[in-house]
Amino acid sequence: MGNITLNNVRKTFGSTEVIPGIDLEIADGEFVVFVGPSGCGKSTLLRLIAGLEDLTSGMISIDGREVTDEPPAKRGLAMVFQSYALYPHMSVYNNIAFPLKMAKLDKASIDKTVRAAAETLNLTPYLDRRPGQLSGGQRQRVAIGRAIVRQPGAFLFDEPLSNLDAALRGTMRLEISELHQHLKTTMIYVTHDQVEAMTMADKIVVLNAGNIEQVGSPLELYRSPRNLFVAGFIGSPRMNLISGGEAERLDAATIGVRPEHLNLSTESGKWKGTVGVAEHLGSDTFLHVHADGLGQLTVRADGEFPVHHGDTVWLTPEPERVHRFNAGGEAIR
Amino acid sequence: MATKQTRTLARLMMAPAVILLLIWMIVPLSMTIWYSFQNYNLLNPMTRGFAGFFNYEYFYTDPAFFQAISNTLILVLGVLAITVIGGILLALLLDQPIFGQGIVRILIISPFFVMPPVAALVWKNMIMHPGYGVLADISRFFGLQPVDWFAQFPLTSIIIIVAWQWLPFATLILLTALQSLDEEQKEAAEMDGANFLNRFWYLTLPHLARAITVVILIQTIFLLAVYAEILVTTNGGPGYASTNLAFLIYRTALLSYDVGGASAGGVIAVILANIVAIFLMRAVGRNLDR
Amino acid sequence: MARSISTRRKIIVTLAAWGVAFVIFFPILYMLITSLKTEAEAIAGISLIPSFTFENYVEVQTQRDYFKPFLNSVIISVGSTLVALLIAVPAAWSMAFSPTRRTKDILMWMLSTKMMPAVGVLVPLFLIFRDTGLLDTRVGLTLVLTLVNLPIVVWMLYTYFREIPGEILEAARMDGASLAGEIIYVLTPMAVPGIASTMLLNIILAWNEAFWTLRLTTSSAAPLTAFIASFSSPQGLFWAKLSAASTLAIAPILIMGWFSQRQLVRGLTFGAVK
Repeated sequence: MGNITLNNVRKTFGSTEVIPGIDLEIADGEFVVFVGPSGCGKSTLLRLIAGLEDLTSGMISIDGREVTDEPPAKRGLAMVFQSYALYPHMSVYNNIAFPLKMAKLDKASIDKTVRAAAETLNLTPYLDRRPGQLSGGQRQRVAIGRAIVRQPGAFLFDEPLSNLDAALRGTMRLEISELHQHLKTTMIYVTHDQVEAMTMADKIVVLNAGNIEQVGSPLELYRSPRNLFVAGFIGSPRMNLISGGEAERLDAATIGVRPEHLNLSTESGKWKGTVGVAEHLGSDTFLHVHADGLGQLTVRADGEFPVHHGDTVWLTPEPERVHRFNAGGEAIR
Repeated sequence: MATKQTRTLARLMMAPAVILLLIWMIVPLSMTIWYSFQNYNLLNPMTRGFAGFFNYEYFYTDPAFFQAISNTLILVLGVLAITVIGGILLALLLDQPIFGQGIVRILIISPFFVMPPVAALVWKNMIMHPGYGVLADISRFFGLQPVDWFAQFPLTSIIIIVAWQWLPFATLILLTALQSLDEEQKEAAEMDGANFLNRFWYLTLPHLARAITVVILIQTIFLLAVYAEILVTTNGGPGYASTNLAFLIYRTALLSYDVGGASAGGVIAVILANIVAIFLMRAVGRNLDR
Repeated sequence: MARSISTRRKIIVTLAAWGVAFVIFFPILYMLITSLKTEAEAIAGISLIPSFTFENYVEVQTQRDYFKPFLNSVIISVGSTLVALLIAVPAAWSMAFSPTRRTKDILMWMLSTKMMPAVGVLVPLFLIFRDTGLLDTRVGLTLVLTLVNLPIVVWMLYTYFREIPGEILEAARMDGASLAGEIIYVLTPMAVPGIASTMLLNIILAWNEAFWTLRLTTSSAAPLTAFIASFSSPQGLFWAKLSAASTLAIAPILIMGWFSQRQLVRGLTFGAVK
């Protein structure tokens, strides 16, 4: 139902080529996340799939049917916008009912469908209110409700959580993931937040300046980043990247090791350093260490680790967890 | 909307407005320019002929002309001074917490909505009248001789009436701009040790600069064309003491029936207005780029 | 304001503000009071308490037929507003939603037509109107007022249309609305408040216009501006009646103005201050 294929999709705005050429397969029922820094083209790609922008060249198919020239309404997709884009002059009920009204459904069916969706999203008490009277989280649910009733082949989310505060973001992330498990519909989700990507996706597409850097499951990207960009982008805190002597010793231009893969000791180890800033969260400890000859390294220790600014520590990388990169930035297997 | 919208449809929708304004601009203006080079007096419609720059020379050498230009400038600058300074003060006042803010605002903006003939006549007959006016009564109360405003200070009287009408406009605009000043900026300045006057000079006034510019430019456009107030009170007199350029042209056209002369005056008025217009366009144009 | 302002300070400022407001509003107030006096009272000297007689309001109609110029004012104000909207809505629409590289230039040019001083074209317009029989007609006056205010109407509508978020229209498109559906169900309802505000401002501007309404009319099409202006020569002392006529002439617009402060700012600064 929600099988989407992109063939050599290109997009140019004026003289700027925003997307030079992308091939992508999205299987039915997958939760795919487009992630990347600002301006990497992820929103543009989403809008191309939605039909809100025209392709410069290439082809998009949904369930084997080519939709490149079809308007958004005919593609069987639904979109949740970053600003929710609710109709301010309509009640919540009418907002959710709008797509059904456009599809010319009869009143009884519309009523049934809208109320069912409202029920699922806990919106029933707000059906008569206007968007202006709702909180951010409620508005977002209305936007999702409006998308659900279309029973689309795929849901498109354009950075839906950016406008919410941190606590609400966590809750909504769960709700969207649960929604996916419940509906089993394809979901394409755009975000710049790699935490959202890692926690929600079946498959992550990492984009940089319009190019796909890597496609894979969250753990694949975590364990085997294909290049420096993906290595530095996925994982929080960032992977430590070291060039120079240590890297050459392992036949690489740059080596990378994640903060959680550096073993910490106050007695002995491979690399010696001085603690700069120590962040004690209780559940974890993050140390920013000035390692001799290597620069600044970030280390993560489980639980509490009573070390302070100015203390000497030793760091030892877990050998199987060291990533090697050649001069061109690609991973050496 | 994406490029699906046909360009032709968009052009069609703009066409009536563009065409009408084009005609409105070109036809009358060209006729004015044409007439300005003609000998045409409505009292002698038969005698017509090319006059060259005669009309312009006539205007130029007419003492009334220079007085009119000077009066126009005094009028515009006088009203601008009163409304901008008064507007800033009123805006500062209204920005404070006041009981009954809404009503105070309504009272202060009212003069702008009074049509010019009414405004002029109320001031002439009820406020400034040397016999029955309020100011006369007040003067007599203090044992002073009442001032015959329109006889002794004709231009000043007009300035007062016009300033009264435009003060609300300036106040509203400046108040709107004032209220857009970030509260946090003011607080930061206070933390930095700035007192009220400092904050006004370094923070408030620069922030208002743009609004003040807009007020000055837009008011100037309208002030160059003050007409009804003069017609209804002094008729330009005594002599030409309260005649501005607009009124002079009106007199030339419809009292002396000198179409040629009035047209020459009209062209001069258009040039004057265009000079101001250039500055206004730039100020507004910058806003469009936002 | 997180800090509490001392009530004493608030009272002082309030008194100052009310004082200033009273002085500014005084001419209008005094006019209203005078309209309720008898003619004898009106010239008897400054007095703030009238005898509350309505005879002037009655006589303004019976002696001078106030209703005719009033009707003219209504017709030309509302008429020119409707015609202006008819022309301006499509124009502002296409400029706001399908802008081209030329859009900005066209808007600026429209603005420039508003700056042409009326006296500059008094002569040709007067002659054209005279020769085509449009002089002293409501149609002619409506036409002129439409053109005079058209730039403001287009600009105001343009700024209102531009504020409609594009994403909402895209959402409608994703929801399956055709172009007509987008316009009918989403765009128009969201544009109505802006259109209403523009109408309000334009009626005010047209009602108060005091150049063309004075120069292009004599008797049949003369609106209230001309009617009041005709009392400029002191034909006998009848200020109470003049006050009554004036009060009636400004009352509707004054009230409309109280409700349109924000529109005034937006409209007359061509959106430069919002």
